[in-house]
Amino acid sequence: MSIDMAQFHKVFFEESFEGLEIMETGLMDLQPGEPDNEVINSIFRAAHSIKGGSGTFGFKAIADFTHLMETLLDEMRDYKRDMTTANTDILLRSVDCLKEMLEAAQDGDEADAQRVMDHQDELANELASNGQHQSTQTTVESTPTIHSADSSHGWEIKFIPARELFQSANDPLSLIRELRELGELQMNTHFDAIPDFEQLEAEDCYISWDMSLQTGATKEQIMEVFAWVDDLCELEITPLVREVQVDSNQPHEVALTPNLPIPQRREEDRGNANLDRRTGGTADRRKNDRRGGSGGSSAATTSIRVETGKIDGLINMVGELVITQSMLGLLGELIEEKQAVTPQDIEKLRDGLMQLERNTRELQENVMQVRMMPISFTFSRFPRLVRDLSSKLGKKIDLKLVGETTEVDKTVIEKIGDPLVHLVRNSLDHGIEGPEVRVAAGKTENGTIELNAYHQGGNIVIEIKDDGGGMDKDVLLGKAIDKGLVSEDDVLSDKQIYELIFMPGFSTAAVVSDVSGRGVGMDVVRRNIQELGGGVEIDSVLGVGTTITIRLPLTLAILDGQTVTVGKENYIIPIISIIESIQVKPDQVNRVGGQGETFKLRDEYIPVIKLHEVFGNSDKNLIDLSEGLLVIVEADGEHVGLFVNDLLGQQQVVIKSLKSNYKKIEGFSGATILGDGSVALILDMPGILSLNKKLIKQSKAA
Amino acid sequence: MNELSVVQDLTHISAVNQYLTFRIGEEDYGIKILSVQEIRGWEAVARVPNTPTYIKGVLNLRGTAVPVIDMRLRMEIVNPGYDNTTVLIVVRAEINGDERIASIVVDEVSDVMNARSDEIKKTPGFGDRVNTEFISGLVDVGGKMIMLFDVDNFMKHPDIYEEPEEIA
Repeated sequence: MSIDMAQFHKVFFEESFEGLEIMETGLMDLQPGEPDNEVINSIFRAAHSIKGGSGTFGFKAIADFTHLMETLLDEMRDYKRDMTTANTDILLRSVDCLKEMLEAAQDGDEADAQRVMDHQDELANELASNGQHQSTQTTVESTPTIHSADSSHGWEIKFIPARELFQSANDPLSLIRELRELGELQMNTHFDAIPDFEQLEAEDCYISWDMSLQTGATKEQIMEVFAWVDDLCELEITPLVREVQVDSNQPHEVALTPNLPIPQRREEDRGNANLDRRTGGTADRRKNDRRGGSGGSSAATTSIRVETGKIDGLINMVGELVITQSMLGLLGELIEEKQAVTPQDIEKLRDGLMQLERNTRELQENVMQVRMMPISFTFSRFPRLVRDLSSKLGKKIDLKLVGETTEVDKTVIEKIGDPLVHLVRNSLDHGIEGPEVRVAAGKTENGTIELNAYHQGGNIVIEIKDDGGGMDKDVLLGKAIDKGLVSEDDVLSDKQIYELIFMPGFSTAAVVSDVSGRGVGMDVVRRNIQELGGGVEIDSVLGVGTTITIRLPLTLAILDGQTVTVGKENYIIPIISIIESIQVKPDQVNRVGGQGETFKLRDEYIPVIKLHEVFGNSDKNLIDLSEGLLVIVEADGEHVGLFVNDLLGQQQVVIKSLKSNYKKIEGFSGATILGDGSVALILDMPGILSLNKKLIKQSKAA
Repeated sequence: MNELSVVQDLTHISAVNQYLTFRIGEEDYGIKILSVQEIRGWEAVARVPNTPTYIKGVLNLRGTAVPVIDMRLRMEIVNPGYDNTTVLIVVRAEINGDERIASIVVDEVSDVMNARSDEIKKTPGFGDRVNTEFISGLVDVGGKMIMLFDVDNFMKHPDIYEEPEEIA
């Protein structure tokens, strides 16, 4: 029987990437000195399942590599090795390397062999070096294997499975078969643990084995066989012939084996591991859930993990929907039979429809809930980023994450990651000063970057706050004038000056580094955020710090829209950007420079954008402002009036991407399907503004 | 014919593809039948402002917005009419691993024909005057020339496709 293993690859990779993330987060949490065993355990477990999985699927290089990491972690957990920053760094680098290997394997490739070798050597050296320091400790241990551990002529294996071995779907027989493939196997089976028949639990494993294996295989290869059960058994592997023989084919094993205290640990640890499974298990699974589908950082995963509670809720609601449907069906039949409709029937019908409406709405809300994930998916990458970058830049930076549990739509999570990384990098590079400068300015040596996420109205707000040098308005302005982005006579408000950094080609970094300062990015950041239907604002105080506030809609799947007509065409304006809609009196309209029209609303002059002109609508029934309505909207911090023929209803619309089959069209964020099945485009305010500017330029040129 | 010769014959047969043929003005075109998802009657679409005129707009295809491209306008036929033989062919293309759907407007759908790959002749160059980039070859069917329409290439046109953008 052959099973196509490839079908499981996707799950394996997905889980492995999750595992890597757990490892990374865990490593970041580890404090040098006194390691938290629970954290190490979770890192260890993640490494262990990657190792097991990659072994099973034949990614031997990955399995070998992970094995080294695991060994190192194992020593830390057993207090045989101190938790030092250097160790953490090695492990973090290894996580990166492992990620590369996994990504390469996912694409059916091989990772850069030289790099992998380098990392592997690094790990092996670390393991070997410490093994020597600790020879005094290791001799205390009862296992004599430690010093002679490379491939000998054979191995004595004592294998005592735990009672519950079968429950984890492991079969000792298949392990033995696997061992037999490594060499000649003799074994002694112990049946003495089998109880009397009355006490016998048919599903428990009572048998144990003493085996001797004549083989050239290394201890690691044997350990590999037991990889899936090693926390479910007592396992002792001792060399059959105590003779050290250096096998030139396996230099790495030689390097690492002096320090493999595995048998000892397995025995002690069995209890622990089981305990872990019971107590730590639930917490860990929750963690897994949260990490699940972290598409934000790894591009290939598109699945999503959902709490069972949410699914149960959905099923309940679908059940109710079915009941309502059958009730309405029954009513229909009844009316058909009677060939008449009584007022009671109408009453019933109305009730039924109301119930249907309620059900549909609840269902919709709950389906939306399924897509919601905590923002920690996005935030979790920052501790590492900040750590790496700050050491690279020689700055001391504390990262504070607030509101990680704030829930956001999955699409937002996926798309906000890159812009956030960019902004945080900017804060690190340009915002926070070096330690000396900070101390000289009377600040603490350590700079702080705070990422804060919270809900506000129907929005999610993400703040990136640093206590760095702030932005110098004069420098910004000077630079903008140098680059010809603004003219010297322009009078700009503070806000407008800060806005300058979002202009294409604007960078304030005196030195262009590989971290940031290439003058690309901020405009793309803003555009990406706008594409998500959000906005970004900057507030900065020179010498005190900068706060960047990103405002995003909670979901990208649905928005509240106002249907408007322009000529005979229907369009949707997002209600969130509408301030008010008014009928215009001719005397409120002024012409500016013979072409632009402005409208005086209370104390403000508001430019009027005639949508039919912007959209090139050939309908001739739109001439005078007084015949239509003006919808006052906010776009990029400005107020503008959109001139439309009429307002139709307000409704929640499901956003359909134009990009999936077509392309992005300036001025529109997407399309939606109206109740009659026709398509209506959804306006994108900043886009409309820039379309209008183009139109004005064109008419000026003409 | 004995068995051996049948086998020999088979080795000589090159791949046969089926094509759906359609008319645009006076010209006959063929499109690989595997690229065709469905055929629909003409229906009103939502115009998308500020796009080339041959892109009629977007259509609701069971909940997704699909661009509607009038091939007749694309082929520079002036003022094509919309009547009850005007049809929309919903086509599928794969671009960089993504499946994309568009619908093209043609005057009428004619037939399904078979064409062996060795029957397909190369498109002659017409210089700049005639746009042949979407024509992958020519086939002669009963003295009538049929131009093979290359959907994948067509859908990569910047008017209807843009490369995904990434943050620097």
